[in-house]
Order: sequence, then C-alpha cells, then structure tokens
Amino acid sequence: MIESIKNFSSDFFVTGDPLIYGADVSIVLVMVAIIFVLTYFKKWKWLWSEWLTTVDHKKIGIMYLIASLLMLFRGGVDAILMRTQLAFPNMDFLPSDKYNEIFTTHGTIMILFMAMPLMFALFNMVVPLQIGARDVAYPFLNAVSFWTFFFGAMLFNLSFVIGGSPDAGWLSYAPLSETQFSEGPGQNYYIWGIQISGIGSLASGINFLVTILKMRAPGMKLMKMPMFSWSVLSSCIIIIFAFPILTVTLGLLFIDRYFGANFFTLAGGGNPMYYVNLIWMWGHPEVYLVVLPAFGVFSEVVATFSKKKIFGYKSMVFALLSISLLSFFTWVHHFFTMADYKVDAFFAITTMAIAIPTGVKVFNWMFTMFRGRIQMKPPMLWTIAFIPTFLVGGATGVMLAVAPADFQYHNSYFLIAHFHQVLIGGVVFGFFSGIYYWWPKIFGFSLNEKLGLWAFWLWNIGFYVTFMPQYALGFMGMPRRVSTYGWDMGWAPLNFISTIGAFLMGAGFIFQVWQIVYSIKHRNKEGAADPWDGRTLEWSIPSPPPEYNFAIIPKVSEQDDWWYKKQKGLTKVKEDYKPIHMPKNSGIPFIMGGFWFITGFGLTFEWTWMGIIGLIGVATSIVVRHLDNDTDYYIPVDEIERTEARIGGTR
Amino acid sequence: MTTEKHTEHHSSFQSYVTGFLFSIVLTIIPLVLVLNDMLENPLLLVIILLAACFQFVIQIYYFMHLRENKNRGYIVLALIVGIIIVVTVVGGSAWVMNF
Repeated sequence: MIESIKNFSSDFFVTGDPLIYGADVSIVLVMVAIIFVLTYFKKWKWLWSEWLTTVDHKKIGIMYLIASLLMLFRGGVDAILMRTQLAFPNMDFLPSDKYNEIFTTHGTIMILFMAMPLMFALFNMVVPLQIGARDVAYPFLNAVSFWTFFFGAMLFNLSFVIGGSPDAGWLSYAPLSETQFSEGPGQNYYIWGIQISGIGSLASGINFLVTILKMRAPGMKLMKMPMFSWSVLSSCIIIIFAFPILTVTLGLLFIDRYFGANFFTLAGGGNPMYYVNLIWMWGHPEVYLVVLPAFGVFSEVVATFSKKKIFGYKSMVFALLSISLLSFFTWVHHFFTMADYKVDAFFAITTMAIAIPTGVKVFNWMFTMFRGRIQMKPPMLWTIAFIPTFLVGGATGVMLAVAPADFQYHNSYFLIAHFHQVLIGGVVFGFFSGIYYWWPKIFGFSLNEKLGLWAFWLWNIGFYVTFMPQYALGFMGMPRRVSTYGWDMGWAPLNFISTIGAFLMGAGFIFQVWQIVYSIKHRNKEGAADPWDGRTLEWSIPSPPPEYNFAIIPKVSEQDDWWYKKQKGLTKVKEDYKPIHMPKNSGIPFIMGGFWFITGFGLTFEWTWMGIIGLIGVATSIVVRHLDNDTDYYIPVDEIERTEARIGGTR
Repeated sequence: MTTEKHTEHHSSFQSYVTGFLFSIVLTIIPLVLVLNDMLENPLLLVIILLAACFQFVIQIYYFMHLRENKNRGYIVLALIVGIIIVVTVVGGSAWVMNF
C-alpha cells in the first residue's frame, strides 16, 4: 500500500530538480500567504462578491490584466532560464529535457496565456466605454470567457510541478506530440489547457463582435467608430473563424492520444503533416489577431498625442479588414519546405501582399504625426518605439516570405529574431502603450512617469541587444531549440550579448512592477478623467467609471466625438436620468470554470471518471443558469444621482 | 408577449429536433460507408464531401435562427466570409497536401 502511494506520488509530482522544488516551495508559500491575508483582513466575502462573481466588463478586464501580467512573469522567467543556459557554450544549467519543456511552455504561455488575455484585458477595459455602451452584449458570457481562460491557464501551469510539462514545442507538432513520443501527461496538459481557455477566446470573440455591431451609442455609425474598436472588430472576425480550427486540431490529437486513433500517425494510415497544416491554419491568423488590436491602440495614441484626427481613416479601416481576411491565406509560409513549389509560390505572394495594408497603416500613423503637436507621453513613446521595431520585423518577414530563401533561414535563429521582433515590437509594445494610455481611465489614478521611462528604455535597449545578435546567429547557422553548443561553432560572443539583453528586458519588467506598486501607493488622482485631452467617448466619463459607465448614453455626431464636443463647448449634458438596466452578478461562471478544470485535470491523467464528473458539473452549471430568471435589475434614479454627485460625473 | 414567446420556443425546439435528426443521418452515412469498405474512391470521397456540404447547410438552416433575423445584410456578409474561409480551409488543405 505505502509502496504504491510512493510510486504514485513520484510519478504524480515532478521530482529530482532543485528548480522544481523551489517552485513547489514558492507555490505553497504564496498560497499560504494569500489565504492568510484574505482571512486576516476578512476579505473572502469581498473577493467573492466584488470580483469572482462579477460580470462588470471593467473588473473582468482588470482580472485579465492581472492574470496576463502574472503569465508574462512566468513566460519571462522561462525566457531568462533559456538565455542563461545559452549564455556560454557547453553550459549544463538546464538538462536538455528541461530545456525542451521550457521553450515549449515559454511559447505557449506567451502567446496563449499572456498576449491573448492582455488583448482581452484591453477589449474589456476599453471597447464598451469607447462605443458608449453600458456593458458588453453578453456580460454573463464574458465572465464565462474569463474563468475558462483562467482555469485553462492554471491547468497548463500546473504541469510544471504535477505530472511534468509538455515538451513538443509551442505548437506540439505530431508525431512528436503523439503518445509514441510524448507518453506522459505533459502533452495532455497542453491539449486541455488550450482547449479550455479556447472556449473563452471564442466566446469573447463573439461577444465583442456583437457588442460592436449592436451596442454603439446612437449616431455612432460604423464609419464614425474609433479606430481601436475597428481593430477589435477585425480581430474578432479572425477569432471566430480561426479558433474552431484550433479546437478541431487539438480535438483530433486528443482522439489520437486517448482513443488510439491515427489521424496524425503515419503507421495507422494518417499523416503528421495534416497536423502541421491544420495547426497553422489557426496559428497564422492567431498572430494577426493579436497584433491588430495593437494597431488599434497605436491609432488612438498617435491621434491623441499629435492632437490631430487620424490620417486616412477609411484606408485604416480597409487595411484592418483586408488584413483580417488575408490572414487566412498565408498559413503555408510556416512550412514551405513541406509543400509543393507551386503552392509555395502562391503563399509567398499572399504573404508579401499582407505587407501592403500593414505598410498603409504605418504611413497613416506617420502622416498623423506629421505637423502635429506631438507630446512625448509614455503611451506615445511606446508607439514611436514600435515603428522602427516593426519596420525591421516586417522587412525580415518579407525576407522569410521568399520561399527559396526561406529554405535557408527556416528553423534558424533568424526566424526566432523575426517573430520576437514583430511580437514584442508589435504586440507587447502596443499593449503596453494601451495599458499606459487607458490606465488612468480604469483605475482613476495615473502611473508614475519617471519609473515608466526607466522601464521603457530598459525594454527597448534590452530588446535590440537580445534580438539583433540572433539575426546574425541565424546566418551563422545556429538552429532554434538547441539546448547547448560547442566553442568551435563561434556562436559564443553573440549568444552572450543576447543573454545580457534578456536580463535588461527582465529589469524593464521589474521597473514596470515597481511603477505600478509605487503609483498605487502614491495615488495621483489629478485629472484622471481626461488626462491626455482625449478624443473618444471613454474620456467623457469619470475615472474609474461607475458600474453603469454612462449615466446618460451620449449622442454621437462626429468621428472623434468627445474632442468635437470639447471644441464646441457641448460637454454639458442635461441630467435627465432614467433607471438603468444592469446584469446581476453570478457565481456560475467561476464554478463552471472550476468544473472545466476538474474535467481537464481528469482527462490529462486519463482518469475518465474524473473527466465525467467535471463534464457533469459543467452541464449542470449551464442548466442551472438556464433555469435562473433572476438575472438582471434596475438601478433607480436616486441612486444614479447620488453616485454621479459623488464621483463628479456628467460634466 | 408570453404566448408569442411560447410559440417561438416551440417552433425552435421542433427545428432543433429535425436538424439534429438530419445531421445524425448525414454523419452515419459516411461512417457506415467507410467502416464497411462499401465504396471505392473517388465515389466515396464525393459522397463524404456531399454529406459534409449538406451538413453545413443543415446546421445553418436549422440551428442558426437565420430566418427570424431581420438584418439580412449582416447574415449575407457573414455567410460569404464564412464560405470563403471554409473553401480556403478545405480546398487549400487538399491542394497543400497533394504532393
């Protein structure tokens, strides 16, 4: 008996590595600390009723933000570990199996559990405010989205200490991800972590598409909508069409692994190349859908800090929508070496074609700045840093799009440098810019600019120091995903420089955390309602906005309506309040997420009974919600009057 | 109001059941054909593809409440984009994997 428990726990818990024991200890300590703080300050009820059950898009946005910053930390630690291992030749800091696990989790976490939720954080924090709505179209579904994402991400992260991490690369190519080569639960963690959070991503995509199409303030025609909302719309279109492909692909992989089917195993009549084909049909649209909202942020920031209307509004809209459609026609450029030369030619051209609308956007931003009164505020700094970074990233992208040349670059550090350049330079800088821009709106106080400046320069210098040497390393023949190399390769100096850069970016992140903590302590609430002299509707209401956002739904007549009203002195609104219809909080999304977690955990360890219990729980949550008729309420007029008087709204 | 809501519920329930039956039949046909090795390519392939096409139509027709919606513009647009993507995914895969 004791022997079998011993055997079980040595399989169940990951053992034998000091890093992992460190993680175990810190996880337990953090959990004890959280429980202690919540109990000591009697905050359990507050946590449950204000946050865990909330359906308020602003609070959900904040939770997305916190979760994604935590994941940025986790993914960043992974990156630093890898760079440390590669700093010198013949390092034995990480054994090769651990190295495989770490590059896998780094990629998966950074794309799916950092970039995606950071994007949804911005969607949630900004879109309803920007289009003059009181919430998203389906507030309950929005909470479901968050909790499925959250529990999916937690499930994935659990793999580090329980059962073992996935190690087949961030896209888990078959046949490496099949049972034959990845037997343990790691690969199942990958499948279920992503499947469960994928439900949330798809639901969010639908939710925001409907919100934007149906809930705009009266008078806001589509062609008068702020550019960020346009970018969210384009991004949601991609989500809706791309995520089902991911779900099906991973579903097939799961059937292969769980039921012994042969979709992707050559021996049983399947073909692993189908996996590569399918996963990139999602994977390529995926990277465009995370970068489009960043483009939207830049459009808002550039207009606000140049004190000018965005240049070429219609061409911006056209560019966004054409990118969202074209993104579905380029997937083969991720595996040129696998396909036929005619196929390669077609996809090389479509890939290069995407550079055209992207170029249009870059020129539009520059023309917006041209002869504008530019203010170098933090969001603008990140935007300006983005342009050269993305320019190099885009140019190397076009280089990689040339199929014959790609046969040389592919799988090398050149590729690594390229996609980090567009993902960090485009997505991360863009989302940082958006966070700095909208932070005062959501939290009601501004962030310390001096610390922000430190973070900005550390991130930027660190970025170039890390990734410029990697282009050269790629040309020198260093392949990706190698855990070590010898002195004779001549890669040592550049790798060492690259590692220094990674630590600089890590320092930048620490400065950002310091900046946030410092700013929370020394709250500067001055002018938080409209600190940047903004142009769009979100700046017309107090910061942080009341739960109903707009006491009176604004009537829109112009493209940058709030700016227009400020210029014409039309900002006063008649205080003619009516009761406001609001959704009630609900614990079901959280509980349902918990059941999804149980399902995923059971299926990860192939404990079918546990999976079934989890799924029954999920189904029960849906039914309970369906039978519940008490889902909404009205805020009476006198309460609105009191709130507005307290926060100084309706100016 | 209540009666209206009731009838609407009723008719959509009926439509779901019909749709479900149709889609089950369309799933069973290819499954039986493949498991029992009843047909040879290319006829088998054509039948499977046809079943998939009908499946698509049935999902749209019986489950998506398209007939109740008054906003035709969005629906037509969404369908066109959807069909373009589906054709790309299916046709593109066939083309890419054909070497």
